[in-house]
Amino acid sequence: MSTGLRYKSKLVNPEEKQDHEKQYVGFATLPNQVHRKSVKKGFDFTLMVAERISQTVEILKHTVDIEEKGVKLKLTIVDTPGFGDAVNNTECWKPITDYIDQQFEQYFRDESGLNRKNIQDNRVHCCLYFISPFGHGLRPVDVEFMKALHEKVNIVPLIAKADCLIPSEIRKLKERIREEIDKFGIKVYQFPDCDSDEDEEFKQQDRELKESAPFAVIGSNTVVEAKGQRVRGRLYPWGIVEVENQAHCDFVKLRNMLIRTHMHDLKDVTCDVHYENYRAQCIQQMTSKLTQDNRIESPIPILPLPTPDAETEKLIKMKDEELRRMQEMLQKMQQQMQDQ
Amino acid sequence: MTWIFGSTKGSADNKIEAAMSELVPEPRQKPAVPMKPVGINSNLLGYIGIDTIIEQMRKKTMKTGFDFNIMVVGQSGLGKSTLVNTLFKSQVSRKSSGWNREEKIPKTVEIKAIGHVIEEGGVKMKLTVIDTPGFGDQINNENCWEPIEKYINEQYEKFLKEEVNIARKKRIPDTRVHCCLYFISPTGHSLRPLDLEFMKHLSKVVNIIPVIAKADTMTLEEKTEFKQRVRKELEVNGIEFYPQKEFDEDLEDKTENDKIRQESMPFAVVGSDKEYQVNGKRILGRKTPWGVIEVENLNHCEFALLRDFVIRTHLQDLKEVTHNIHYETYRAKRLNDNGGLPPVTAETEENHESNL
Repeated sequence: MSTGLRYKSKLVNPEEKQDHEKQYVGFATLPNQVHRKSVKKGFDFTLMVAERISQTVEILKHTVDIEEKGVKLKLTIVDTPGFGDAVNNTECWKPITDYIDQQFEQYFRDESGLNRKNIQDNRVHCCLYFISPFGHGLRPVDVEFMKALHEKVNIVPLIAKADCLIPSEIRKLKERIREEIDKFGIKVYQFPDCDSDEDEEFKQQDRELKESAPFAVIGSNTVVEAKGQRVRGRLYPWGIVEVENQAHCDFVKLRNMLIRTHMHDLKDVTCDVHYENYRAQCIQQMTSKLTQDNRIESPIPILPLPTPDAETEKLIKMKDEELRRMQEMLQKMQQQMQDQ
Repeated sequence: MTWIFGSTKGSADNKIEAAMSELVPEPRQKPAVPMKPVGINSNLLGYIGIDTIIEQMRKKTMKTGFDFNIMVVGQSGLGKSTLVNTLFKSQVSRKSSGWNREEKIPKTVEIKAIGHVIEEGGVKMKLTVIDTPGFGDQINNENCWEPIEKYINEQYEKFLKEEVNIARKKRIPDTRVHCCLYFISPTGHSLRPLDLEFMKHLSKVVNIIPVIAKADTMTLEEKTEFKQRVRKELEVNGIEFYPQKEFDEDLEDKTENDKIRQESMPFAVVGSDKEYQVNGKRILGRKTPWGVIEVENLNHCEFALLRDFVIRTHLQDLKEVTHNIHYETYRAKRLNDNGGLPPVTAETEENHESNL
């Protein structure tokens, strides 16, 4: 999948929503984001949440197959209970970076293998990092985690449990977090700029999205009655917080971003940037090992040079891309021939 | 019928706590001998006047004022400073005394004590708020309670040195920590390992009152469940928070304190220094897009319970337990270590920051 392809979908017009809206998640817009041919195969999307709960860091995977309007999505959620909760949290992100690297390694191996038709993409496409609303900004753990992971995965920072903050506090906290992200050189996921030929409404939405980051979210699994309607929310003695009310929190923005507009870009950046970084590092390590061991055989049928310089690396990357594209086209042609 | 001694309020009061309430002292002559009013059918010989000791103590306290030292411990951002300001209805925390609100988290735990004199109803309280910035904020928080324990013991040491002096001050300045509010983060799940470690170590040297901070993040059910879980965990870990069971003096104490220990604590609080108009009244609260949280409304949070507990009913007891139990434990240990001899006083004292 190339970066040349820009998402072209818009947010669903609110007027078009009907009763079934409540179940409508919105990833059916994904097809508008890619070539039609890929739709039938289905998509993989892996989401990782990093939050702090118990004592040792575990990695828990939940996989779910969702289908909406004929589009199939295999969603994997990777939970990381225990992150940051011990007394001594030194390198508590190591199990997480290890997991991400393992997925890259697996893909790398699959890619270099013989049967490349049905590679399963288990790479982590997005990491939701939950920042505590109780602090005054980022905590040392937050900074260290994000710096350890920003070159391995798309980090989307979120302000959790935002219903304990009043609007002015949320504004201040967001500003503070944005400043600190800049200050510490953390590379969080950047929303790509929309094309200049998009209409004004879309551009406005895009602007709002960028200005709202990091999103302040509230989650709820319970349905409460508010103003005669049943909504997802939290019932307090002083009022009801509605999760899907944009005046209450940024949940809707997050959902739209994650699923309706940027899902494909998240995957693209994972493939083209994070995975490529990993791959390049891997290959470099292997080649330096090659020169050390003076061995001829290697699992990868490329790189005759002992110490690849930047130019050659670029060339090799380009050739690799070409090779891959050709392989994909071949596959599609084969598929078509079979279908006929 | 003449009253020689005081006003009606004076002899009716039985508790020292009343000294803290809003009594306005009326100008009165110095009493000669307290006498009951002479009236028809009274038996002058039957009344001694022992009960007036209360009034005498009250007057003394009003003249001398008293010290109260409260420490706040918890991760940054849990609202410690705001809560203390709300408790004492004044800007008494570190953050209000000219410290930069946006200052960075310190790399090690610091101890910052700020003193203020608050006056109410003719009673002067020298309040010292001891803040502990940096606690629990690092990546590695091992032993981060040690500077706090050290500070508490240093105050005991100071007091001890004064006590063993040959020429002692009439009123030893009391810098000992009478009460330590420990702020629990409202995760809704359970206590963190650090919470347990801190309270295990420090409940042996100081009165710890656990509070659940920023309680407006939990619904009623979540709050109840969380409190139950926290109480259970504290019990399982053998953590005796104030009011400690072993120091209940009598049945009355026990009943009252049992109720507080088993139902009310830990208090789930919300703090605020902003006022809003609700139903024609000006109240302290937090204004959200979905409603106004009223700090002193018991349906919203338990701030009022905490305030009443710490200030209106158990203030004196907090001081007494500190003096009679925690301090005595320290003193006994020191004397034992020294072979039963009092410690040698060589150094000069440091002084608190004070606004006096």
